[in-house]
Amino acid sequence: MSNPINSLEKVAGNGLINRRHLLGLGLGGAGLAITGSVMAADNALPFEIPSWSRQPGPGASGYGTRSSHTEYMQRLAGNPNPVYPGGGSSRSPLQYLQGTITPNSLHFERHHAGIPAIDPAGHKLVINGLVRQPLSFNYEDLLRYPMVSKIHFLECSGNSGSLFGANASDGTAQSLHGLVSCAEWTGIPLSTLLDEAGVLPEASWIAAVGADAASMGRSIPINKALDDVLLALYQNGEPVRPGQGYPMRLFVPGWEGNLNVKWLTQIKLTRGPSNFRDETSKYSDTMADRSSLQFTFPMGCKSLITSPSGQMALERRGLYQVTGIAWSGAGSIRRVEVSADGGQSWADALIESQQSDRALTRFRIPWQWQGGSTVLQSRATDDKGNVQPTRDALIATNGLINRYHYHGIQSWSVVDSGEVRNVYV
Amino acid sequence: MSMFKQTFILVLASTSLLFGFTSLAQTQGAGLGTPVSESLLENFDQVVEPDGSGLPEGNGTALEGKLVYDEKCQVCHGAEGEGTSGNTRIVGGDINSSGNPIRTVGSFWPWASTIFDYVRRAMPTDAPKSLTDTEVYQVTAYVLYMNGIINQSTVLNSDSLAAIEMPNRDGFIDRSQVQ
Repeated sequence: MSNPINSLEKVAGNGLINRRHLLGLGLGGAGLAITGSVMAADNALPFEIPSWSRQPGPGASGYGTRSSHTEYMQRLAGNPNPVYPGGGSSRSPLQYLQGTITPNSLHFERHHAGIPAIDPAGHKLVINGLVRQPLSFNYEDLLRYPMVSKIHFLECSGNSGSLFGANASDGTAQSLHGLVSCAEWTGIPLSTLLDEAGVLPEASWIAAVGADAASMGRSIPINKALDDVLLALYQNGEPVRPGQGYPMRLFVPGWEGNLNVKWLTQIKLTRGPSNFRDETSKYSDTMADRSSLQFTFPMGCKSLITSPSGQMALERRGLYQVTGIAWSGAGSIRRVEVSADGGQSWADALIESQQSDRALTRFRIPWQWQGGSTVLQSRATDDKGNVQPTRDALIATNGLINRYHYHGIQSWSVVDSGEVRNVYV
Repeated sequence: MSMFKQTFILVLASTSLLFGFTSLAQTQGAGLGTPVSESLLENFDQVVEPDGSGLPEGNGTALEGKLVYDEKCQVCHGAEGEGTSGNTRIVGGDINSSGNPIRTVGSFWPWASTIFDYVRRAMPTDAPKSLTDTEVYQVTAYVLYMNGIINQSTVLNSDSLAAIEMPNRDGFIDRSQVQ
């Protein structure tokens, strides 16, 4: 019998297959499962009615839970540090997720002093400083304002920072890159509230302050604040969760995560940046010449293959779907290329999801693994012409001191045994 | 009611709805903010800017600050500010040293205002906002003193703090308009 895989059009080296074959191959959804012609059913047992079809299950419930068979999907939280009670982060399990929307329970977190227990009835949002009239808003009143909904990624600027390290650590997509997530954010354009307070001409920046124990603050230029920044009240249709800033957070599309101040309680209009600790001592980028770039806001054009990815194992040779996510703080992803030979040749992946402004994009391409060792890579291009750089090119620009804004090409090695590992090439 | 009159009323109603919505969405929102005066926000607004705006009344010296520091800060930051981990070292270092430079308040931070601002809002991490403004001035003075930036008897207040020139002041490049 001829193998139908052999008739598929190869579009780049080492087994990459034209993305259009995804549409007719029935490769969907099975993670690393292989389709193809190798599985004969010679020893198969007769099909029986399963036990769960023989008794009624539990009825409807007030709040949903996931299958007990998917509980392996967990955020990965760092070890607590007694020096910073409640500080730290948890990372999204990128290698298990599909599509582009991160479930709220698996959205990454980064806290600087833990999650405050806020009663919305006692929470205030104050706008003051260089405004005609300082104002205070309570939660119930804010719910009466016109809102908009936008799907955007959120990425910590420290995401993937370990890839600046001298040696490639043996991590997963989650442990290496899990400080990125994507959600539909619903809220009030900040410009609406700033206009109500009346921005004075000399106001060039805002200072945004949270109600957590660190009262974390960040400065944002007024032109951005009046452009597309949201006071986000909902995430994927439900009120933002405490770990994401309940009852309200700032959402700053495309810009580094730390600016998206959670538990937002104050917007102060100022002449210049306030130079908070988290925009001087932290979240500034020290270059090789020891100058430090400050207010490096937009997140870079970036992608990674989430399957196959670090610490997975290909069980046997055959056809796989290579899939991953791409995003850019500058706009929409226009193109994702994949290489199965360590960057010698590239093929366009199928952009599976909508190409949305500053949102995660899902790509796929079929790949026939013929055994042996190789390196899988992806490379994103956005609609502004930004191309994801190699790790070497990024380091040549940024040096090795800075640990923020890593967006180099991710390389996954596949060895003959099928094991997948993070590598530098 | 005649057909003409009915149509007329509908047009009137939809016109006012349109104008009403436009003004809501573009200029005033729902107009539900409560006016407040800055004096009511005196305790609430803790933003301190590099030019000293937002600094409260009061003052302190490093000599006084050592007492507060030894009691409340040194458990994490070390007796001499040497730290108990990478992120807690606040004294010494050299931004130009080879390898990964040691970035501390003295070697790295561009503005003295940030010390006051951060200590007041976030320190100590197990009891943030427990220091009085006077204690924050004192501790800020002590951290600056340990870094050799002021003398142990320099009186730090809103004027003298804003006038301090930090060693790495010119080491930062504003990239806010590069987007």
